[in-house]
Amino acid sequence: MTADAPPELVQLLTPEGERVEHPDYDIDLTPEEVRSLYRDLVLVRRIDLEAVALQRHGELGIWASLLGQEAAQIGSGRALTDDDMAFPTYREHGVAWCRDVDPVKLLGLFRGVNHGGWDPAEHNFHLYTIVIGSQTLHAVGYAMGIQRDGGDGATIVYFGDGASSQGDVNESFVWASVFNAPIVFFCQNNQWAISEPIEKQSRIPLYRRANGFGFPGVRVDGNDVFACLAVTRQALKNAREGQGPTLIEAFTYRMGAHTTTDDPTRYRVASELEAWKLKDPIERVKAYLFKNELADQEFFDAVDAEAEKLGADLRRRCVEMPDPTPMAMFEHVYSSEHRQLDEERTAYAGYLEGFES
Amino acid sequence: MRREFKLPDVGEGLTEAEIVRWLVKPGDTVKVHQEFVEIETAKSIVALPMPWDGVVAELMADEGQTVDVGVAIIAIDTGEGGADAAPSESGADAAPSERIAALADDMVPRPPAEGAVEPGAHGSPAPKEERQAVLVGYGVKTGAAKRRPRKASTPAPAASPSSAPSPQTAVPATPASTTGSPSARPQAAPSGAGAASGGTAEPGAVPSAARLAVLAKPPVRKLAKDLGVDLTTVKGTGPHGSITRDDLRAASEAPPEAAPAVQAADQPREERIPVKGVRKMTAQAMVASAFTAPHVTEFLQVDVTETMEAVKRLKAMPDFQDVKVSPLLLVAKAVLTAARRYPMINSAWTGEEIVVKHYVNLGIAAATPRGLIVPNIKDAHTRSLPDLAKALNQLAETARSGRTQPAEMAGGTFTITNVGVFGVDTGTPIINPGESAILAFGLVREMPWVVDGELAVRKVTTLALSFDHRLIDGELGSLFLRDVGAMLEDPLRMLAWS
Repeated sequence: MTADAPPELVQLLTPEGERVEHPDYDIDLTPEEVRSLYRDLVLVRRIDLEAVALQRHGELGIWASLLGQEAAQIGSGRALTDDDMAFPTYREHGVAWCRDVDPVKLLGLFRGVNHGGWDPAEHNFHLYTIVIGSQTLHAVGYAMGIQRDGGDGATIVYFGDGASSQGDVNESFVWASVFNAPIVFFCQNNQWAISEPIEKQSRIPLYRRANGFGFPGVRVDGNDVFACLAVTRQALKNAREGQGPTLIEAFTYRMGAHTTTDDPTRYRVASELEAWKLKDPIERVKAYLFKNELADQEFFDAVDAEAEKLGADLRRRCVEMPDPTPMAMFEHVYSSEHRQLDEERTAYAGYLEGFES
Repeated sequence: MRREFKLPDVGEGLTEAEIVRWLVKPGDTVKVHQEFVEIETAKSIVALPMPWDGVVAELMADEGQTVDVGVAIIAIDTGEGGADAAPSESGADAAPSERIAALADDMVPRPPAEGAVEPGAHGSPAPKEERQAVLVGYGVKTGAAKRRPRKASTPAPAASPSSAPSPQTAVPATPASTTGSPSARPQAAPSGAGAASGGTAEPGAVPSAARLAVLAKPPVRKLAKDLGVDLTTVKGTGPHGSITRDDLRAASEAPPEAAPAVQAADQPREERIPVKGVRKMTAQAMVASAFTAPHVTEFLQVDVTETMEAVKRLKAMPDFQDVKVSPLLLVAKAVLTAARRYPMINSAWTGEEIVVKHYVNLGIAAATPRGLIVPNIKDAHTRSLPDLAKALNQLAETARSGRTQPAEMAGGTFTITNVGVFGVDTGTPIINPGESAILAFGLVREMPWVVDGELAVRKVTTLALSFDHRLIDGELGSLFLRDVGAMLEDPLRMLAWS
């Protein structure tokens, strides 16, 4: 490495809220835009906390919290244009927010009343994928489709550090690279694949894996919403312009449990959590707004009040979601008429008829 | 309006949880999201947040009690208009102790409310199915109630010729001929009478005449044979009065006739304590260690007069002003010093290899209200003496208050157990699994001791070192123990050897 090689981690806003320069990436944001990023971060954290509480109330079967990863998701999500298509894991609540998916629709899957409550085509946001890493293949296929249709958009696919060890993910790298597909691989390295630390996933920083497949990789401070926005924006632009895939490793930390079923105190020590608390993605934006007098107390209070309202609304609408009828299981199995399924539907309806109401 | 919070399944497919600690009491005002109780499931300890604003009307379970998922644990008066406030629970005015008695004993939870019928539900064990694991959702639905009866008259639709071969042709669907009697299986015990009303079947209703019609699953029959129990003499408590394993065990253990029932009455002569939580973990660890690592224990009596003197002097130093200095601190320091001289003591046997650790996570066995635990001080070898003292204090405090986290107990490399605090001279400690040696530090007492050919009264203790003989030979174990003893005899040696 030469002396003036760029630092390994792209950062534009320090944990203390200081703006810093980076030789390859920069961003020019109006005060309005910064305030709006802050608002998104706060609201998304609130949605997440509500969902965790709803699970503890017995209203959701399970929930995967994004706590600590808000900046990675809002930063990358806000970099998307209407033409771009996003493929999430089951933790991308922040990206869903950026794609205008009503938060209550995220809860249906976890409440067990539907299989994903939104229309992917309407939001350009695919349904949550539970199987680890398999969405990377879907996304590369989609990107190759855009390529063949001569479309304008790019594709972004989300996955975690754990998924980086999956065969699907590595195969998708190969395909994307060889076909120069317009795709951005956005890996949120939150340091823990459930209880498996990153040291047991990789001997080298994850972003450097891209080199072996033949496309660029970059590591960004995943708790820095400015840097995540700038780096993703650039990578998507490169994809749209025919320069092929990019791997972005957003270096962040899963502050909560893997899911509400997990107990992280069994495998990681509190001091690690304390160290990451100092790098909180929301606090640094707040500090930046404050220091530069881009927002006053009134603004912060208003955002908090909005979060409060959003939370209460989410609680109410979650429990009001109707249970599906037994017949709903026949919907969406095939896209067109299907004789055998019709027979089964009729027979089952008859069976249900056989009960007193 | 009174609302009841039912114990949720906070993991995936858990069926019960233990109430660890109530964070509120009746009369307290609570707010949405306020944590109000800590529960322990098979997976973790979780604090539950409140879904409503209101006032706590009643705690419906005791600390330490294990509650089934779906059972109400707290009642909140939410103060909202009572228009729709149907009398939510007919038994709500029962004294808490009664309610708890009803919940206890691992009974099937009564489905709360919904026209509740419950006379007599208290005494007799409700029909109970064996627990089954589920993957996700709200836990297992308990057998009784709920199922809607089939219409009597409707010809079973499954009879329609076009229908695809139903994958689960099983019992209820096909026999269009079986007519009215709802849900009565061909030759099942005719106890189904009550089923129509949605009530629970009377468990003991097996007709006594039907000696052959004893209900029991094949494995249970096998067990009966093995235990030499005549099934017809056993009263079944399972579904439809079937006999379960527990019934068999009870029957085989119970004396044939109620033994001289004279002084039975008030004092139970035996008590049964379920093995769970820390006790269960302890038992597993002890067995795993005692029967995999061949233990050798060596003893050494040591004159620790100088050490006790040193403790006194340390206490007076400003560096130790805020911490408690005890002889255990110097024992720990001596162990750390000796472990550096003999690293093999601080190692682990994996089967194929021996992992020698060049760091010491020093475990201290702690007796806590919840049982024996062994938290450890991470990287104890790098700590200064005041630091080590602080860490010891903190570890003991955390353990005593029951807040020790599993990560703090993981990764230990060597353990000290301070049996002296119980007033005994020594013991033969069992190695903490994953480690290779453990030191017991006994009572320090005044004893006659020979010093320079003269009898003197000295402060003496006994050290006991158990070690895993697979990787530590007698020589090494002895050297280590001798050195620890030497350092306690003359604490200056700690300086010389560190």
